[in-house]
Amino acid sequence: MSWKLDKTRPICPQICEQICVRIANGEFKPNERLMSVREVAVTAGVNPNTVQKSFEQLDAKGIIYSVRGSGWFVSAETVTAKDEVDQLVRSKTADYFDQMNALGMDNSEIKQYVKEWNTNE
Amino acid sequence: MSELLRCENLTKNYGRITALNNVSLVIPRGKIIGLLGPNGSGKTTLIKILNGLLTPTEGSLTIDGFKPGVETKSRVSYLPDSSYLNSWMTVEQIVNMFVDFYPDFRPELAYKMLKNLDIDPSVKLKTLSKGNKEKVCLILVMSRNAQLYVLDEPIAGVDPATRDYIISTIINNYNPDASVLLSTHLISDIEQILDEVIFINKGVVELHKTVDEIREENGMSVDELFREVFRW
Repeated sequence: MSWKLDKTRPICPQICEQICVRIANGEFKPNERLMSVREVAVTAGVNPNTVQKSFEQLDAKGIIYSVRGSGWFVSAETVTAKDEVDQLVRSKTADYFDQMNALGMDNSEIKQYVKEWNTNE
Repeated sequence: MSELLRCENLTKNYGRITALNNVSLVIPRGKIIGLLGPNGSGKTTLIKILNGLLTPTEGSLTIDGFKPGVETKSRVSYLPDSSYLNSWMTVEQIVNMFVDFYPDFRPELAYKMLKNLDIDPSVKLKTLSKGNKEKVCLILVMSRNAQLYVLDEPIAGVDPATRDYIISTIINNYNPDASVLLSTHLISDIEQILDEVIFINKGVVELHKTVDEIREENGMSVDELFREVFRW
C-alpha cells in the first residue's frame, strides 16, 4: 500500500483523506479490518501517534470503529466516507478554478476546456 | 501524558561563550522529537548535558526524575556524534560487550538488524565503510530497551535507502513509554516521523511545536520553515 503525502500540509488530515478515498472507492470494504496503526506508520513513513490521531478522528466521524483487542474496522455505513471524498473533490475543483482564473480564464472558458479535455480522452 | 525529561533554566557557559542560555523544556513519553538548529546552536551541548558528559553552569535537568548519573545511564540510550567503539573489535565482540554493559540490550534484535542491512558480524569494525560503521552504532543503540533514545545526527553519513531503513527502524521500535530525541540537519528526510520539533538557535529555544502545527500555521514543511527562520 502506498501513501502520497504532501510535505506542506499537516499529515493527520492527509491520512484521513486517503483512508476515506479507499473506503469510498471500495478498496476497503465495510466491516473489513484495517491495517494496524503501526503498519500504516511504517508503510507511510510517519509517526505512529499521528496515525493514531487520524484513526481517532475517523472514529469520531463514524467512518471506522475499533474493537478492543483486535484493531480497527471500516464502518458498515460508508456514506460519511463518501461525503468526505465529495467535499475533497469540491474543494479541489474550486482550487482548479482559482488556478485557471489566475491564468486569465473566466468560468465559462474553463468549462469549455474541461468539456474538450473530456472529449479528447 | 507522563513526563520523561524536564530541564529548567539550563545554562552552559564555556568560558565567556554561552552555549545554552536559560533553556526550559519538557519532553513527555511516547514522542519522537527533532532537535533542530544550525551548526553551533547548542544541540550537542544539550545532548551531552542530558547524558551526564557535561555539567550545566546553571539550572537543572532530570530524566524520569533523576539527575544525569548512574540511574539515567540505564534509562538513556545514546548515539554520540562520533564513534567511540574500538575499531579492532569484531561486530560480534562489540555486541557481546553491549550485552555485558546493558541489562536491557536485546542481542537478537541487533543480529536481526545487522542481517537486514547485510553486515557480517564476524568482521572487524575497522574494515567497514564510514556508513556501515554508523549503521552498526545505530543498531547497537536501538537494540537497547531504553526509555529515552538520544540520537545525535543518526542519518548524516548513510545512503538514502539506508536512511529509510533507519526511519522505519525508529517507527517499528516505537514504544508509548519511551521517547526518541534526535538531532539532524536532514530535516526533510525525517520530519514525517516527528511528533514535535524544537528549533534551537544560539543556545535559545526559538520554537517548540508539533510538525502538523507548523504545517498548518505556515503552510510549509518543517524543512522550508527552517530555511526561512535560519536564512543568512
